[in-house]
Amino acid sequence: MPHENASNAGQSAAIIVVENMVKRFGSFTALNNINLEVGRGEKIVLCGPSGSGKSTLIRCINHIEKHDGGRIVVDGVELTNRVADINGVRCEVGMVFQNFNLFPHLTVAENCMLAPMKVRGISHSEARDRALGLLNKVRIQDQADKYPAQLSGGQQQRVAIARALCMQPKIMLFDEPTSALDPEMVKEVLETMVDLAREGMTMVCVTHEMGFARQVADRVIFMDRGSIVEEAAPEPFFRAPRTERARSFLNQIIH
Amino acid sequence: MNALDFSIIAQSWPYLWSGLLFSLSLTAAAFAIGMVLGTCLALVQHFELPGLAQVVRAYVALIRSIPLILVLFWFFFLVPIVLGHLSGSGRPIPISATYTAFITFGLFEAAYYSEIIRVGLRAVNKGQFEACQALALSTYYTYRQIVLPQVFRVASPIILSQTIILFQDTSLVYVLSLTDLLGAASKLAQLNGRLVEMYLFVAVVYLVISSAGSQCVASLRKRYSLASR
Repeated sequence: MPHENASNAGQSAAIIVVENMVKRFGSFTALNNINLEVGRGEKIVLCGPSGSGKSTLIRCINHIEKHDGGRIVVDGVELTNRVADINGVRCEVGMVFQNFNLFPHLTVAENCMLAPMKVRGISHSEARDRALGLLNKVRIQDQADKYPAQLSGGQQQRVAIARALCMQPKIMLFDEPTSALDPEMVKEVLETMVDLAREGMTMVCVTHEMGFARQVADRVIFMDRGSIVEEAAPEPFFRAPRTERARSFLNQIIH
Repeated sequence: MNALDFSIIAQSWPYLWSGLLFSLSLTAAAFAIGMVLGTCLALVQHFELPGLAQVVRAYVALIRSIPLILVLFWFFFLVPIVLGHLSGSGRPIPISATYTAFITFGLFEAAYYSEIIRVGLRAVNKGQFEACQALALSTYYTYRQIVLPQVFRVASPIILSQTIILFQDTSLVYVLSLTDLLGAASKLAQLNGRLVEMYLFVAVVYLVISSAGSQCVASLRKRYSLASR
């Protein structure tokens, strides 16, 4: 299937390059021959039915899942089995999970400070300043010394975003960041993500929030059964999807 | 029937106290050795270190299937002979009863603590490991800062229960002719014929210390309920 590059003509600008990538779980092929380029500052929304491989794809980008074939190059570094390369890439790639995955035994500020201190090697006071600054940005600086369990789901997800940003990554991956949230908390998390997009962060988001996709995405990528089926700018994609599979998917989620 | 006379306890208090101190210090030492070694044993199994993991599994299974009193005997009588052979002199190298007790209890408890910690390691949410990976934390920091603290918190009630059992088991050192609280009391009881008073008193001391431990468990559970989900 030919891919249309909606907004990413210059190859040298790509910060993520995925070439002919294959991922298998046992005999099941989760991702089949994926090709994807993401430019610096570009915002991508990945959508598709459950089991289509979209989460697996972004988890391969920071090597939480190991790909079985093809190439993944992030910020000029190819992901192989070399631990130094993997950690180098992970430093530049922040990730936000569906279930937050905050560290329950550490306070909000400590959650944000740990990796910058242990991985980036910055001092305690610098880490604390950075954490408070970013917690301020996601509008929960007053919760800095509470434990995650004392916060609402929306607040916890914003802490998770701040924690990832404390590493000062070049790319942010979002794996269904609002799926585990009560409806009234979805908005506050999306607003935080919109702010981040406005600042020029490169973002790859797995989400079914079509309002968010319309507002910030440069490209929407529709996946089904382990393949990229359709790639387009949000307006044409939502107005007139070219493939039947995308059409039936959109009908299902928009009701 | 004679009236109960508890004055015997006040008179022989220094001896009882030294017995209690021995019980407590043996418990503390076995706890410290057992926790450090037990954590290492659990991690060896958790990481499936080739060869070593099988050895550790066999060790834990062996220790857990034989009575502590037998381990004490073995250690006391066999290790000096083994050491003698290793040193080449052929003559047994005696180890003092006190060292035997400390080392044996430590090694014995390590097997039990390692099982508790091993199960706790498996219970840590997969998402915690993924978050550590995404933040580029090394394996060392992942376990040191994130995984093990959560394991110790979740397992602390079971660890403390095991430690209370350990405290009660210290009475077994009588087989090495060492004098713990119960040993001291029973010697005095035989000597003075005040068996009922002595054994009542000892029971109360065990009860007080063990239930204080249980209270600790309860308050720990309360304190950590906030910082864990």
